[in-house]
Amino acid sequence: MLIKPYGDTSGDGAVQLSFTLPVKNCGRAKEAARLYAQKLGFHKVDVVHAAALSEEFTFFVAYGKTEVGLDYDKVEYAEAVNDCMSMDAVNEFIKTHLRRKLVIVGACTGTDAHTVGIDAIMNMKGYNHHFGLERYPMIEAFNLGSQVPNEKLLSYARQVKADAVLVSQIVTQKDVHIKNLTELVELAEAEKLRGEMLLVVGGPRVNNKLAKELGYDAGFGPGTYAEHVATFVARKLHERMSGKK
Amino acid sequence: MTPVKSKLGLSKPKIAKARELAADIAAPVQEFIDGHTTVTIERATLRLLGADGATSDGVPVPNLIASQCADKLSGGAARYYLNALIKQDRTPAELNKEIACGLDITKFELTDLGRIRNKAEEAVKGMDARIAGNVAHRNSELARNGGAMKSPLIYVIVATGNIYEDVKQAQAAAGEGADIIAVIRTTAQSLLDYVPYGATTEGFGGTYATQENFRIMRAALDETGSKEGRYIRLVNYCSGLCMPEIAAMGALERLDMMLNDSMYGILFRDINMYRTFTDQFFSRMINSAADIIINTGEDNYLTTSDAVEKAHTVLASQLINEKFAFNAGMPARLMGLGHAYEIDPELKNGFLYEYAQALMAREIFPDHPLKYMPPTKFMTGDIFKGYAMNTLFNFVSRATGQSIELLGMLTEAIHTPYLQDRHLAIENALYVHNTMAGFMDEVEFKKEGVMARRARQVLDETIEMLSDVKRRGLFSAIETGMFAEIKRPRDGGKGFDGVYEKAPGYYNPVEDFLKKKLEIGRRPRAASRG
Repeated sequence: MLIKPYGDTSGDGAVQLSFTLPVKNCGRAKEAARLYAQKLGFHKVDVVHAAALSEEFTFFVAYGKTEVGLDYDKVEYAEAVNDCMSMDAVNEFIKTHLRRKLVIVGACTGTDAHTVGIDAIMNMKGYNHHFGLERYPMIEAFNLGSQVPNEKLLSYARQVKADAVLVSQIVTQKDVHIKNLTELVELAEAEKLRGEMLLVVGGPRVNNKLAKELGYDAGFGPGTYAEHVATFVARKLHERMSGKK
Repeated sequence: MTPVKSKLGLSKPKIAKARELAADIAAPVQEFIDGHTTVTIERATLRLLGADGATSDGVPVPNLIASQCADKLSGGAARYYLNALIKQDRTPAELNKEIACGLDITKFELTDLGRIRNKAEEAVKGMDARIAGNVAHRNSELARNGGAMKSPLIYVIVATGNIYEDVKQAQAAAGEGADIIAVIRTTAQSLLDYVPYGATTEGFGGTYATQENFRIMRAALDETGSKEGRYIRLVNYCSGLCMPEIAAMGALERLDMMLNDSMYGILFRDINMYRTFTDQFFSRMINSAADIIINTGEDNYLTTSDAVEKAHTVLASQLINEKFAFNAGMPARLMGLGHAYEIDPELKNGFLYEYAQALMAREIFPDHPLKYMPPTKFMTGDIFKGYAMNTLFNFVSRATGQSIELLGMLTEAIHTPYLQDRHLAIENALYVHNTMAGFMDEVEFKKEGVMARRARQVLDETIEMLSDVKRRGLFSAIETGMFAEIKRPRDGGKGFDGVYEKAPGYYNPVEDFLKKKLEIGRRPRAASRG
């Protein structure tokens, strides 16, 4: 099935455009906008509005028609394997399946002073319009900040009965993060905390494969938001709980 | 501002009761503040005495001095800087260079206090003249361009990361009708325990607040202002770990407004509460002295919590912010208390609740230049719906006489504003402001209508909450998550190690000057009007 945009008639290919050009508003500028839209492949271009944004910029609203069609049958889209729940869905999931608030403790450990990663996941404001765990009603989140010693992180996690511990590692010079992450796992095992709580690591040079090799439950790399982490933690805990039954 | 007759039938005794509770809440915190200083207060003091510049690696001179002082900071850093000026017989500029090259000024034996006091007097006089000059210049520009503050003032944001690109966008926006330009800071600057130095061209989602960047934008807005025949106000962020230092820089470079909240850093940036309370006091004294309008951050409560259920937390915070600001010698006319239009657009009568809340704020804070924030939480990729929501926001803003209106962008949830987004926002606001110019005087509300009942309910809930906060104490209230549903331990958060109990003989000539100028401690702090 060949498809084209629909304005008011089947197959008319009508498209609405708005853009700014770096020129002073005048007749010539309007003509330039029309020609520019034509260059984009539209025909019957109508520049319906032009407004000066300053002496040097003009804003245009234009309509054009396109001949370009697309065979819809050939469009392929694979649903993401790691489908991730929204904040609200995570909260509902926790309410329904775990029936209590989850406790998550996070920190940037070792000598690493970069809180940007752990803050993006945990801070109320979150990152890029993805709210952080502190905003999740069904999660009690504790962000311990940066340069937190592994011992302190674990003792805090034990104190608040954490369900999951999040570790952020930004600095990776001379593989310092590997050493630090290994130490945390060893400490957790020595203190018999390993079965008690999930260990999750994140950072720009981290992925799931590396994390598992190091003995973590999961690893998250660039582009991760709080809902990814929350989805993982909630589902994993639920899995464990159902497994125990 | 003209006195407002209550259209919502709010009870005056209840409003007075709420203010009284806020005063009781602030009092023990103020006692802590008065006995403490912080590393950034000391650095701000040094800056106001002339310390500036940075090493080739970018370490600011005020930070170098603070490290040299180490534990001596509890006695005040000023004396070491002043002593070095005397001992080395240098101007501040000369001394700054030597410090940046490695001179340790704490090594010099301290000369007698009399000479240090004389030197301090000279430095403080210079600072006072510069700040007073800035105030006088602003006032004369404002008077020349029509005097009284028009309402609402149109506030827009630039956020390119590059100060020179910011200038282009800011000038375009001012040319189209923006009255106020805010330069958003780069992600996480609030967590840096120093202020970067010089002009900057790289940032993430914003531009570094530096004194040089302040200067560049100030000059650009002055240029556009004189072309447009309007004074264009400049805003930055006096928040985070360097609150007082940003205030100092803003006072020196004639910024006009500063985001400055007594609790925002604690709740939303996890900065230690003792640090934040102490810092906000000093920064507000500087802002008061420089006639800089503060903008508080109550809008953030509503992006966190439900705007209908938690409306009273906004009013409670406004009252607490107001009291802390009064304590810092700030008059009401400089208190841009914040609130926001953040009710779920799907909610029936949501508009009436927004209208009631905004009008309630106006009636409770008649002399305050209220800062009204646009919808953000429920903005989506549907820019057309977003534009409609912004129109209603503009309506409420005009209909309730808000003073500072941060315009909503139709692309709020998508990207930092394009040039055209700002144009559309300003066009929308100017249209609404003009077409309903006299609306406010035309309407009254039913005594038992939805709006009046709503406002009374919020005030009642506020009193209930403030009573609870008073009972627990503000520190404990924050620890238990009473604000924005966020819990912060009193000894947790960033910057706690930079808080010092003032040692006997603590010396800070800038603080002494500010307290005297603002008559702090001379008049009862209970005054509820500035």
